[in-house]
Amino acid sequence: MRHILSILVENEPGVLSRVAGLFSGRGYNIETLNVAPTLADGLSMMTITTEGDEAIIEQIVKQLRKLVTTVKVVDLTDVKSVEREMMLLRVDAEGAKRAEVLRIVDIFRCKVVDVSLDELILEVTGTQDKLGALINLLQRYGIKEIARTGAVAMRRGMQE
Amino acid sequence: MELTGAQILLESLRREDVEVVFGFPGGAVIDIYDQLPNYPLKHVLARHEQGAIHAADGYARASGRVGVCLVTSGPGATNAVTGIATAYMDSVPVVIVTGQVPTPLIGNDAFQEVDIVGITRPCTKHNYLVKDVRDLARVIKEAFYLAATGRPGPVLIDLPKDVQQAKCEYKYPKTIKMRSYNPTYAPNLKQVARVADVVRKAKKPIIYAGGGVIASGASEDLIWLARTYDIPVTATLMALGCFPADDPLWLGMLGMHGTYAANLAISHADLILAIGSRFDDRVTGKLSEFAKNAKIVHIDIDPTSIQKNVAVHIPVVADCKSFLAALRQSLAAAPAGAAAEDTPPAAGRHASWLERIDAWKAEKPLTYAADSKVIKPQHVIEVISRLTKGQAVITTEVGQNQMWAAQFYQFTRPRSFISSGGLGTMGFGFPAAIGAQMACPDRLVIDVAGDGSIQMCIQELATAVCYDLPVKIVILNNGYLGMVRQWQELFYAKNYCATCLDVAPDFVKLAEAYGAAGYRLTDPSQVESVLAEAFALPKTVIVDVVIDREENVAPMVPAGKSITEMILV
Repeated sequence: MRHILSILVENEPGVLSRVAGLFSGRGYNIETLNVAPTLADGLSMMTITTEGDEAIIEQIVKQLRKLVTTVKVVDLTDVKSVEREMMLLRVDAEGAKRAEVLRIVDIFRCKVVDVSLDELILEVTGTQDKLGALINLLQRYGIKEIARTGAVAMRRGMQE
Repeated sequence: MELTGAQILLESLRREDVEVVFGFPGGAVIDIYDQLPNYPLKHVLARHEQGAIHAADGYARASGRVGVCLVTSGPGATNAVTGIATAYMDSVPVVIVTGQVPTPLIGNDAFQEVDIVGITRPCTKHNYLVKDVRDLARVIKEAFYLAATGRPGPVLIDLPKDVQQAKCEYKYPKTIKMRSYNPTYAPNLKQVARVADVVRKAKKPIIYAGGGVIASGASEDLIWLARTYDIPVTATLMALGCFPADDPLWLGMLGMHGTYAANLAISHADLILAIGSRFDDRVTGKLSEFAKNAKIVHIDIDPTSIQKNVAVHIPVVADCKSFLAALRQSLAAAPAGAAAEDTPPAAGRHASWLERIDAWKAEKPLTYAADSKVIKPQHVIEVISRLTKGQAVITTEVGQNQMWAAQFYQFTRPRSFISSGGLGTMGFGFPAAIGAQMACPDRLVIDVAGDGSIQMCIQELATAVCYDLPVKIVILNNGYLGMVRQWQELFYAKNYCATCLDVAPDFVKLAEAYGAAGYRLTDPSQVESVLAEAFALPKTVIVDVVIDREENVAPMVPAGKSITEMILV
């Protein structure tokens, strides 16, 4: 099962490789990884999505907590949370295709962030599913390149 | 007062009450060595960095203090990696200081540069690259704290040469503030009450003690629990000595080379109290067959150890000593609404279970075929055990020698068996004995070695002789890499590929060449007298014991089999 882990770490050199090394060294897989500073001084937030059964995820969480530079680990899969990912796509948009692509841009609430004679660059945010659906749709027009951030996530305010 | 980085390091070691530093100098730590004579620290010059780190490790295991190792950058640091990984696997508190090239050269493939922080990230509890001399005092304070608290382990400090030379105002922190590191010592009392409840109700309980019992100094509490509640005790390799071997409740070690009684008892138990142990694969054998009918209680200070290999019914994250103290209190308090039969007098409460265990003990005790012509290795260990009355510090190398020592020496106190359990590092025992002898100058320290392992750090003979350390090395010499040969014999159709060590040094002459004493033993009738003479000699001694070439370690559970499937002879 896919899990989203939110990991608060000390913002110091080598932290990313400690976390990434923990995954590779123990044979776990990182699907996406995202890291940036938080409001708190000297702390960064990592969002990692990974796959595994309950026992593996339990080990991953415990091993992450064991790292001296880790302040907090939350498995957001267990709580109600918001998940978003941003993606840039370079899409073929020659001639008649362009209008169709632009219609899809509207429906998916994408932004056109670059225009040239035969292609567009689109910016889109959403869940993994939405991004997947968009890729599926646009593939028939020709996607030349994509760049994705990986998921960021946050627990919702109103929890039962 | 302004001090250089090198002075800050040495002054901080002094404040951490470090007595001895095991090390090897080089260009990247020469500033530290330059200052060393000005500080009240004893430096032990090893002959190889692997020797230095194993000695620091042996010192830590024998004394319960933090071992300290100082080596140079590049090859000095990489030579120490095996020892760092050894300490990591066995949770030994060691602080390693490595020199590093000056900060402006880091990343430039400078002479003797290596990314040791990167290399040791997976085999240290934590590590630091100190780029600013103003961070150094705090880093050292943290390193000692991290090494010794929680689940202990090695912590590495990489110190660039220019940081050693830079100056700053010295202020050693009194307290530690780490928002990200707070090990749990005290157990959750509800969990303890649940444990007390299952202990009261168990009909066939067993204690499976691990290295955590020794690390936390919980031996006395463990002995109390076992004797008061009449619970038999088995232990891992790391925990030998935590329970006296002459006690009727003692079952011996369990697992791959464990006793018949211990392996059967744990397989038939209805309650396993796993205290400071981690269900290593050498202990459990085939996991799906392990202790299928038992309730498992697991106490460990490291949450990652719990539920890692086996499903646990009652997990308790705690220091073993704190847990046992809490359990004692909980057991003393009568459970609410308890019927009288729930709290019978302890003595004899598991009589029928112990009878069954005694029958297993009698049925297949640890044994070997005595021989009047060829020396049996087990006999040698028995003699060592008898001569030292179980009071020596025994270190071992890795392989058959290690298992015979674990099986046949009657340990009576903790911190007496020092062996590379997790990593299984050949070459560990002798330098570890040097460290142990530094920690315990008044105790007899004996390295039980094999002819293969001893050759991996043999150069440390110079160290032992140089510091007048009366370490005894007993080589169980069978001319083979014996344990691998045993596997080849049993599981690889006797294809003894690359395990015969026919060309070997004359260990007696080698001892003499280094200025130590050497004996050779070939006659079983002389084992006792020669060992007694060697042990009485106040200097470094090698006793080269020529043993039965094809003697095997038994029992043996083939890798991947259930621990009840033992090869007994």
